[in-house]
Amino acid sequence: MDYVTRGFRGRRREPDESERVPPGQYLTDDFPVLSAGPTPHTPLAEWSFAVVAQDGEQLARWSWDEFRALPSETVTVDIHCVTKWSKLDTTWEGVSVDTLLAGVEAEAGYVTAFCDGGYTTNLPVEDVTGGKAWVAFGYDGEPLEPEHGGPARLLVPHLYFWKSAKWLRGLRLMDEDEPGFWEGLGYHLYGDPWREQRYWGD
Amino acid sequence: MDDDDLRLDGNSLGGLLGEVFAWETTTARGTCASCGAVGEVATLVVYAHAPGTVARCPACGSVLLRVVRASGRMWLDARGLSALELREPA
Amino acid sequence: MAGAAVLGRLAAPLRWRLVEVVEVVPETPSAATIVLDVADWPGHRAGQHADVRLTAEDGYQAQRSYSIASAPEDPRLALTVERLEDGEVSPFLVGELRAGDRIELRGPIGGYFVWEANGGPVRLVAGGSGVVPLMAMLRHREAAGSEAPATLLYSARSLGDVLYREELERLAAAGGGPRVAYTLTRERPPGWSGYDRRIDGDMLAEVFGPADPAATAFVCGPTSFVEAAADALVALGHEPAQVKTERFGPTGG
Repeated sequence: MDYVTRGFRGRRREPDESERVPPGQYLTDDFPVLSAGPTPHTPLAEWSFAVVAQDGEQLARWSWDEFRALPSETVTVDIHCVTKWSKLDTTWEGVSVDTLLAGVEAEAGYVTAFCDGGYTTNLPVEDVTGGKAWVAFGYDGEPLEPEHGGPARLLVPHLYFWKSAKWLRGLRLMDEDEPGFWEGLGYHLYGDPWREQRYWGD
Repeated sequence: MDDDDLRLDGNSLGGLLGEVFAWETTTARGTCASCGAVGEVATLVVYAHAPGTVARCPACGSVLLRVVRASGRMWLDARGLSALELREPA
Repeated sequence: MAGAAVLGRLAAPLRWRLVEVVEVVPETPSAATIVLDVADWPGHRAGQHADVRLTAEDGYQAQRSYSIASAPEDPRLALTVERLEDGEVSPFLVGELRAGDRIELRGPIGGYFVWEANGGPVRLVAGGSGVVPLMAMLRHREAAGSEAPATLLYSARSLGDVLYREELERLAAAGGGPRVAYTLTRERPPGWSGYDRRIDGDMLAEVFGPADPAATAFVCGPTSFVEAAADALVALGHEPAQVKTERFGPTGG
């Protein structure tokens, strides 16, 4: 057991709604920014969201205006970061991934989310459909800020938040569950916070 | 918060890598596999606020090194470096 | 205290060690120097840093890096910590830690941002708590009896934020001591005759004079400060390889 430092508690407070906080997590009131690189700043006029096939063939595409014309909804969800902080009752506005995949005829078991800056993350299709995921463009009543993934990010609250890819530019339909940026370097392929699936072998 | 707050340099990698490398790492010279630039690890652009640590080439921004330290393990991806030259201590 | 020669023979990975706090010395209302007793300390070089790890009772851990403030010649190891307003670790180290407490330490770390007393003329540029490793260099310079020309340009928000003020005045007043210039960016005392703006090329040129290929510049502080100052030094003709930088960030809080 590591040595305990007298009097040190750290920033987090005890969970008072413990059934909403997955094992090993602490609550936070702020919204820490985690990043692997410089914040992209794609102008909206150049932004697009695409659904592509595994071989890269474009199956669907929306410009920013087209994307914003799609039906959207406001959701309030709890989010859980693998670095151990959880934030309850966060409010987002976004387009359901169901809406984005609705017109796409191709079927696939998995998707890889791809983003400005090169980040990727992999998910089973069933984890981004059925009302479980959104492409979010608003947070807390305001347009999503670049440091938090704006113009738009993936939002998949039932999995660890590294799966909610920032600066999202599209989804690639995949036959295999191909490890993304962090999944290839120690992070769990699936990432269920309720089973504490943080790292390989968990 | 602007980007500056998220960026450090390779000096900050010394502790992380130093648990695994016996030789000094911040003065080790890395060659970027993408643009060919050569420089000391201390000059890399480091993003340490992620689920892992990412070090980028100061010349071209490519990812040179990624490190995840968790759960009693370290994962290291150095594919972005075509070479890393460490010096034996005198 | 073991010297540099020992460091070579002890080439081994870093490990965490438990160290005891001897004293916590207030430096300013928001900063303190933590003096430590470290058994078997292998010695260090001026400019290096150490990592500190704290563990709460439930196992929660937080870890930060702090520059070593003490000279290699000092019998005890000292870290100077500035309390960040929303910090998680620094308020504890500055406000709660006391003599007799034990914390975990890993170091010394770093071979790039270091200066040895035989290392030639030195130009030091400090932004806020970035002065800490540069102070270790000046303390080492004094302890080693070095005559290498040394100049420090120290940017702080106000005079009350300046670390080591009396010691810097004493060093500067001594024959062969460093030249020290300040710029206070937020508020100045009445009658202040030093600089009063953010560091720029004109100020650097006035303080350091023309670029000197024999001199090494060390720039330390927040990322934006370091990059602006380093870019300005290069624009004034300093060779990039002779301008060494160390960025502090919020992770240092």
